[in-house]
Amino acid sequence: MLRLSTTWIRRNLVVITGLLTLAYLVLPNIIVMVFSFNKPAGRFNYSWREFSTHAWQDPCGVSGMCDALGLSLWIALWATTGATALGSMIAFALVRYRFRARGAVNSLIFLPMAMPEVVMAASLLTLFLNLGAELGPTTILIAHTVFCLSFVVVAVKARVMSMDPRLEEAAKDLYAGPVQTFLRVTLPIAAPGIAAGAMLAFALSFDDFIITNFNSGNTVTFPMFVWGSAQRGTPVQVNVIGTAVFALAVIVVVAGQIISGRRRKSARSTERHAHRAAARSAVRSTEGRPAGPVPGGTR
Amino acid sequence: MTVTEAPPGSPAPAGPLPRKQPVRRKLVPYWLLLPGILWLLVFFALPLVYQASTSVQTGSLEEGFEVTWHFRTYRDALGEYYPQFLRSVLYAGTATTLCLLLGYPLAYLIAFKAGRWRNLLLVLVIAPFFTSFLIRTLAWKTILADGGPVVDVLSTIGFLDITGRLGMTEGNRVLATPLAVVTGLTYNFLPFMILPLYTSLERIDPRLHEAAGDLYAKPSTVFRKVTFPLSMPGVVSGTLLTFIPASGDYVNAELLGSTGTRMVGNVIQSQFLRVLDYPTAAALSFILMAVVLIVVTVYIRRAGTEDLV
Repeated sequence: MLRLSTTWIRRNLVVITGLLTLAYLVLPNIIVMVFSFNKPAGRFNYSWREFSTHAWQDPCGVSGMCDALGLSLWIALWATTGATALGSMIAFALVRYRFRARGAVNSLIFLPMAMPEVVMAASLLTLFLNLGAELGPTTILIAHTVFCLSFVVVAVKARVMSMDPRLEEAAKDLYAGPVQTFLRVTLPIAAPGIAAGAMLAFALSFDDFIITNFNSGNTVTFPMFVWGSAQRGTPVQVNVIGTAVFALAVIVVVAGQIISGRRRKSARSTERHAHRAAARSAVRSTEGRPAGPVPGGTR
Repeated sequence: MTVTEAPPGSPAPAGPLPRKQPVRRKLVPYWLLLPGILWLLVFFALPLVYQASTSVQTGSLEEGFEVTWHFRTYRDALGEYYPQFLRSVLYAGTATTLCLLLGYPLAYLIAFKAGRWRNLLLVLVIAPFFTSFLIRTLAWKTILADGGPVVDVLSTIGFLDITGRLGMTEGNRVLATPLAVVTGLTYNFLPFMILPLYTSLERIDPRLHEAAGDLYAKPSTVFRKVTFPLSMPGVVSGTLLTFIPASGDYVNAELLGSTGTRMVGNVIQSQFLRVLDYPTAAALSFILMAVVLIVVTVYIRRAGTEDLV
């Protein structure tokens, strides 16, 4: 009996460890959720006392918290816009064009990701101090745009790299001008990469603490509010916001999964026909031609 | 099975001859690069120069700072704060190792064994991100609370005896000990390990496993000789994505640790924002940057994957 159970454990070791790791990852979220219904005894919401929905009925009841949340959203929105625009342009230039100083550009993109956040935060602060700039929402916005930029470049670059350049050539052959080709062929194909980069930038900026901590002066973003509350006392409303954002995001992701799953199912049947037709014509067109390397195989 | 993709590094395709490009078209990449690169130069490269100059200044807040090429600041900073440096490397290294040990089975599970649960598991890995990491880190204060169920279990099974002997815990306490900080660091950066591992594992053709099995390889041999080598790109980028931010982190040490667990990030933060000793802070930040860049470069060289970006 014991032998059996040890072999069972050994056989399923990967599954067991994997699920335990998953529990480790999800446990804090469950705690945050449960403690949003707590009515703590003192100023700190770390131990359970009694069930209450008072925080959910008055989510903005703590002074300054919802202002901080609004400011975080505002900064994340503009930092995302800036970083996505600048980053996508760099990504296109890197994949599509040959130019001098390519290596230098690549390392300028890579370095911000290869050093601890605190170094970038500290160096930006020395710049602002030396220039006598007043720390506030503007300096936070500048800092966020800098560190989100590299991540956007990486995300967009991956997508543009996997694009088939023949599609654009085909558009040109069909007499589309450069602007038309870009707007109607290139941009729609690159859109998922740009969207992924933008979402990543938004998440990074919205949740950023270290860089904001150094460059915010007296301005309070939502993470700064949580940081301060860890010293002064954590209101239950912090957990309410954390839970609400979490629930909203999970709903959006799950809904997206269901919709795309349905679409894929209905698309699969039509796609199968299209594939067969494409395969047939491809065979026809390669007949009687010497075998050569596939065009568009290089980067 | 036929290979349809052109191997990397194959000669350029024999397509149509490159068209003559007018000068205006040649300038396109530079116009695309200009705004973003300018932004990075002014707000990323220039600050590093300012930081370098600050680190060799002397003076005081009242009288102002001046560049005096005072390199002693570096020696003094290292002499005074080397315990924090060592702690940073030690904690970040331990957390990275734990992330790899915990993250690999989960990534493997999602890539090969999850079947139709794959998407759900992936969502569960990413979902924690949707709650601010500071709130989630504070939740560990509840989980690891003194006399709480987790600490009780850990002390009953004798785990705290082992960690106590290693100097990671003291008595029947987890909070405010190195173990709490490492737990927080591991937790916070685990998804950055799992996701690259998953992407590189997912690319592996399962038929390779079957082929290895057909050639009489034991499951452990298949893992050692086929799966793990093929997942190396994920291992390398996962360890970097974990180690780099963990080495500069001060949030976990501040929220879950005590004065005895302060890392170099804590020192840089308090020197810059509370003590206002800018030269020492800048010097410390520079040393941290150098240490991390050296570790990363050596590691990438040894791991043999240089095309990470």
